Amino acid sequence: MAERIYIFKRFERFWHWSQAALIMFLMLTGFEIHGTYKIFGYEDATGYHTIAAWSLVTLWVFAVFWHFTTGEWKQYIPTMQKVDAMFKYYLTGIFTHAPHPFKQSVRRKHNPLQRLAYLFFWLVISPTIWFSGWFYLFYANWAEWGLDSLLSLEWVAFFHTFGAFMVLIFFIAHVYLATAGHTVMSHIKAMITGWEEVE
Amino acid sequence: MVLSMFSFTSVFAATSTADHSKFKELDKNFSSAPEVTKACLTCHTEASKQIHKTKHWKWEFLNPENKQRLGKKNILNNFCITPQSNWAGCTACHIGYGWKDEKFDFTAEERVDCLVCHDTTGGYSKPPGKAGYPADYVKLKKVAQNVGKTSRDTCGACHFYGGGGDGVKHGDLDSSLAMPDADLDVHMDALGADFTCSTCHAGSGHDVVGSRYTPTAKNTEGYLMRGKPDRAKSATCRSCHDNNPHSGKHEKMNQHANKIACQTCHIPTIARGGVATKMTWDWSTAGKLTKEGKPLVKKDKSGHVVYHGKKGDFTYGANIPPEYTWFNGKVRYTTLDDEVKKKGEVTPINHFDGSPTDGKSRIWPVKVFRGMQPYDPVNKTLVVPHTVGKDDTAFWANFDWDKAITEGMKVAGRPFSGKVDFIKTQMSWPITHMVAPAENALGCEDCHSKNGRLQGIEGIYIPGRDSTEWLDKIGWTLAILSLLGVLMHGALRFFTRGKGGQ
Repeated sequence: MAERIYIFKRFERFWHWSQAALIMFLMLTGFEIHGTYKIFGYEDATGYHTIAAWSLVTLWVFAVFWHFTTGEWKQYIPTMQKVDAMFKYYLTGIFTHAPHPFKQSVRRKHNPLQRLAYLFFWLVISPTIWFSGWFYLFYANWAEWGLDSLLSLEWVAFFHTFGAFMVLIFFIAHVYLATAGHTVMSHIKAMITGWEEVE
Repeated sequence: MVLSMFSFTSVFAATSTADHSKFKELDKNFSSAPEVTKACLTCHTEASKQIHKTKHWKWEFLNPENKQRLGKKNILNNFCITPQSNWAGCTACHIGYGWKDEKFDFTAEERVDCLVCHDTTGGYSKPPGKAGYPADYVKLKKVAQNVGKTSRDTCGACHFYGGGGDGVKHGDLDSSLAMPDADLDVHMDALGADFTCSTCHAGSGHDVVGSRYTPTAKNTEGYLMRGKPDRAKSATCRSCHDNNPHSGKHEKMNQHANKIACQTCHIPTIARGGVATKMTWDWSTAGKLTKEGKPLVKKDKSGHVVYHGKKGDFTYGANIPPEYTWFNGKVRYTTLDDEVKKKGEVTPINHFDGSPTDGKSRIWPVKVFRGMQPYDPVNKTLVVPHTVGKDDTAFWANFDWDKAITEGMKVAGRPFSGKVDFIKTQMSWPITHMVAPAENALGCEDCHSKNGRLQGIEGIYIPGRDSTEWLDKIGWTLAILSLLGVLMHGALRFFTRGKGGQ
């Protein structure tokens, strides 16, 4: 029989879903600015993209504060333990209904693959996007800041696009793996209600 | 419109401290135009001396940077080519009287034409062929007694009709600017700000500022304050609007202005007033005659001459986007001193210098006028054809290139091999008039898109236009593979549900 544990606090859920909405919107407007398609028109897409970016920055200020004051940042400390088991589970076990190799708890809410993936998101994808994004946004100030000879818009745009593709691929994998819990909907329900069913 | 003209005149009359109709010097029947000038000079003693120093008079300009000797007197273009050997026809637009050959006296004060610029009656006219003298029907006394400030009409009398007809040459100057509405020109709007040409081209001592030979491509000095000694840049947008004219939602545009001329966005199309501008001119087909021996003339549906036996084939454009180029204000002309080659690139009549990295260039709108004109394939130079006149050597009388160019080059004092061929040329005209109201300016997407206005502009990364192609390819491939991967994984889970395990 499944037991229920309260795993995602109210702020965490608010953070997750507003971040999800902002990132999806940033991807939508970002690839329009990139010239991939036309929805809002370049001018509005740029305006919305900028507003969404600053909103996400604000959200992250709160999220970072929350993580450090609650000690939740420890959830992202990487471990290689059971990483191979997780891979094996996704490659075979999940089809043969083998038991999930990871037991979720309040202290360890992420499986080892998640820990690695999120850490990668924090340490690689985010900085790529944010740094390139800031340089992009403050293009006009480069000369003033003495960066004119060091940066080129082409490279800044390159890294920003590179970051965007990483976000997109992360997003695809993340959304799919959200269905790979105890039941198809269990992770998603947990992210909405805070309560996760565990075996 | 009539009402506004009336009020303009009365306001004007009220600001002047002199009523010229009360001057006894002007109260006589002048037998010739220079006599009017003599009368003007009795009070305006220095006027002719001032005019004598200007390009309007000398038709000559020495480019201080590259030492090229320019000016209408020296340069060639790809319209009617050059006034040399065609003086009496072309000097209808000279600010003087009697320039019919090389012996014209440039020191004669009475030969300055005061009236062509200061007429307010509209009754003054200088027809081609009279070497700058007014038409016989002009009532000199009436014109002289009603002189006043220059106007769009007086400047336009020549500048609207450059190249041989209304709007032919510039693309942003034609007779529609005599009485424009705000949509056509937000500053000259006859019922609004009602700028005249000299509101911006505000010189002093009869020296008009603003130059096509040494233009200001990027004025970084901001607005022109009273007391600033250098008025040379007073014809630029920024001399009134400062360097940061956009605010609020459009503040980002101030940053664009470092690389993009104001005109690029604010003049969305040229020849917008209903007058078409000439876009191409092919001299090589000139010379076809009717059975009666008259030059053959063909017109298109809208009545534009698309072929003329005297001149060749033309095409026109109205309300069209200009082309764009990096421009730092340096212009180099191809003169009679320069070698030209038929093969390779089109010969630039004037080359606009500029680059994305020199810090001095901005992206400017230009009308590019493309032509095919006679040249000497042996000496490898452009040539001076003698076109105007009724003599045996004039091309428009006898349609013989050999004779016309032999005569033209003789007058110009240049060698001619006797061989005539035609060469492709192009000439760039900076676009700066016909500024539209702000709401009609170009939008972001006009440039930030594939195949937009700035598609051909190199050396700058434009978001929405540019991307790193291989990154896009790899990115989308990996994203699609990820999507397929999770879909297949999901499908496999779906089909293996309820089997095996617990």
